[in-house]
Amino acid sequence: MRLEYFQMIDRITDLDVGQRTIAVEAQVPLTSTIFEGHFPGYPLMPGVLLTEAMAQTSGWLLIALLKFERMPFLASVKEAKMRDFVTPGELLTIDASVVHDGSGFAVTEAKVRVDGKLKCNATLTFRHTPFPNADLRGHMEAMAKIIGFPQQAIAHG
Amino acid sequence: MSTTFDQVATIIAETCDIPRDTITPESHAIDDLGIDSLDFLDIAFAIDKAFGIKLPLEKWTQEVNDGKATTEQYFVLKNLSARIDELVAAKGA
Repeated sequence: MRLEYFQMIDRITDLDVGQRTIAVEAQVPLTSTIFEGHFPGYPLMPGVLLTEAMAQTSGWLLIALLKFERMPFLASVKEAKMRDFVTPGELLTIDASVVHDGSGFAVTEAKVRVDGKLKCNATLTFRHTPFPNADLRGHMEAMAKIIGFPQQAIAHG
Repeated sequence: MSTTFDQVATIIAETCDIPRDTITPESHAIDDLGIDSLDFLDIAFAIDKAFGIKLPLEKWTQEVNDGKATTEQYFVLKNLSARIDELVAAKGA
């Protein structure tokens, strides 16, 4: 996790295009300026950033299902529940699945766990469109390599 | 058995918190009911689930943007209901 770059996902551990599911890992850093304010003397991972981590996890799943031809953008967050604190240094496992595949949009459900314990979950809606420019697509392709996006998942999907 | 319009009107009322009795077959979802594109995603999600179809929103939007169709053809509720009936019939064919 590189919070200052909004890079929430470290690696994809499982991606099943047929089942429309993904699992990733994300290591919360031990130190960050974010924790200096949230909260002084009691550092906690902000719920909005956990939501972003769930959105990015869902996003990589949708990119795979869309064969890397379209980019999902977060449109709405529902039923987001922060069930327990997430603290610096914890290793998150995040999984997501597609609930609905609509025309130009998709709905996912995502869960964040630490050591198997559910920390938060949400239902997320995304609009998706063709990549708006080559720069963004290039960035996403580079990021895909960094986090171990399995290209064969698309080829055999 | 409720009509397609009744089901659509109920979905819109519940999704967008619009009084059911203000929703008529002549209502335009955007112009009369004030439903924006984000709320319409929720409505499309609910309609897709309820009828087991996939509303072709992207195709409709493209047709409207290209001047090949009017919003009335897809977003006046009696017309939307007719489109849903067509999609359901096509699915069963």
